[in-house]
Amino acid sequence: MAAPRITPPVTRPQAARGRRVHRARARRWSALLWVAPAFLVYAVFVLYPILQSVQYSFYNWDGIGPATPAGLSNWKAIFTQPELLHSVEHAFVLIIFYTVLPVGLGLVAATLIRELKPGPFNTTARVVLFIPQVLPLVAAGIAWSWMYSSGGLVNQVLRAVGLGSHARAWLGDFSFALPAVGVIGIWVMLGFCTVLMLAGIGNIDPSLYEAARIDGAGRFREFLAVTFPGLRQELVVCTTFTTIAALASFDVIQISTQGGPGYQTMVPGVEIYRLTFLQQHVGQASALAVFLAALVLLVIWPIQQLGRPR
Amino acid sequence: MSTATSTAGRRISRSVTLLALMLFAIVPLLSMFTSALGAPGSTPQGLSWPTHPHWHNFVDAWTAANLLALFRSSVLIVLGVVPATVAMATVAGYALAQLEVPGGKAIYILLLAGLTLPFEAIITPLYYDIQSMGLLGSRLAIILPLIGLLMPFGVFWMRAHFLNAETALTEAAQIDGANTWQTFRRIHLPLAAPAWSALSVLFFLATWNQYLLPLVLVNDPTKRTVAGGLGAFQGQYGTNIVLLSAGSLLIIAPALLIFLILQRNFVKALLQGAIK
Repeated sequence: MAAPRITPPVTRPQAARGRRVHRARARRWSALLWVAPAFLVYAVFVLYPILQSVQYSFYNWDGIGPATPAGLSNWKAIFTQPELLHSVEHAFVLIIFYTVLPVGLGLVAATLIRELKPGPFNTTARVVLFIPQVLPLVAAGIAWSWMYSSGGLVNQVLRAVGLGSHARAWLGDFSFALPAVGVIGIWVMLGFCTVLMLAGIGNIDPSLYEAARIDGAGRFREFLAVTFPGLRQELVVCTTFTTIAALASFDVIQISTQGGPGYQTMVPGVEIYRLTFLQQHVGQASALAVFLAALVLLVIWPIQQLGRPR
Repeated sequence: MSTATSTAGRRISRSVTLLALMLFAIVPLLSMFTSALGAPGSTPQGLSWPTHPHWHNFVDAWTAANLLALFRSSVLIVLGVVPATVAMATVAGYALAQLEVPGGKAIYILLLAGLTLPFEAIITPLYYDIQSMGLLGSRLAIILPLIGLLMPFGVFWMRAHFLNAETALTEAAQIDGANTWQTFRRIHLPLAAPAWSALSVLFFLATWNQYLLPLVLVNDPTKRTVAGGLGAFQGQYGTNIVLLSAGSLLIIAPALLIFLILQRNFVKALLQGAIK
């Protein structure tokens, strides 16, 4: 890029030229110093632990005594032990709630807000929808645990509309716990997706909408032909961000269900925590940890390719 | 005539849909608020204004959650994480974008690998590393790993910004005899203020709301972040829904207030980051 320019005139004496080249080389090496602090902290507290995780994954270790080599058994367990396998399946189910629904609803909300005139209602809608994104996920977990409890608002509403027989403690219910946790994900992600799409729509050339209207396109056609393609980049960002949040979810589930009832809402993040700190299966936890990191990369990669400018 | 009614109908359906989504976003917080005002120790209804609102619950929760200590601790952790990370990321991002760093490409790719890394993926070895450093239970146990974990995003962000920096300014400065550091410090750093201030906002939120690191590495809630302290508070008072609601609202209040005051800047910061 902006390399120091060293193109001295040909007439310049040889000695001066040598000095210049020497100085440039020193400057090049000193450029490493600029990167060193950032890279060192990262290497010590992130890269090295990743390598350790890989190493631990081939051992059985309780965290205190000596470790014994385990071969590939910890890795095989991920694909054979039902509780580990289920935790990975649940992570994929959560993508529906963390990614698909917020992106869809976010598109709807953004389209609707765009049609509003600028004014107090417009601003309020943006701010209110965005609030959940600013709160710690722990607060989301606490607020929704209360919503879903037997005396909580969800059951209160059901009773009020005469569906009281369906009331239950939602997070303790074997069939409903996972979707219930998923709805918390929608709640957290919706605002982010909406605001992102709104900004994207703002960048679409208004003449495209005009052209669509002149061609007699209805609302839906207009959306398919103009809005959707114009938002490609925003859609990719939103999908990437929320998919990582779904696969690596921890806070909300640790607070609201801790993976229960049974293993109905267990996800890899919570399972890693439990395996290490409650069951002292450090090797197994590490295999799952490396697997999770690789899985995220594997899922994100194709999404990112879609985002490349054509 | 028919178009008039259809636009009116469209306007109504639009407002109803939006109001429903807004209600969905705000109702859990309202439900927490009315519960926080219930009689101490009672189990209130999901969403109902109590006949005798007990405002004193907030005072009780303030003491029970030891909020002053908790906020102080979070501020200390934010001060430990955000300026250091932003500074290191800015300098590194500038070098990777504008200077010829030997092995710069490899360094950048290694950093990128950390961009999607879930924190859970390294929490196990991190625990044993922090233990052997003798830092377990101290705020440094949260601060140091968090600086490392946020670094990839920071460098990625600042590098993206400096890739578009004016090279003409660099050349002009060098003709005036400024060295590389002076060029960066006097010209490019001030020009990049929007980028690094937005990054600071994002890192503030990420630190303030960080839960996993304090949960694992620090037992004492008064040495944790706000989110970590909130988790501990829930563990202790999980069944006392009135106190839990009051305490949770108090704990989230500062970030919420800052957001409402600065919402334009907040949203702008998040959007800038997303597009990069």
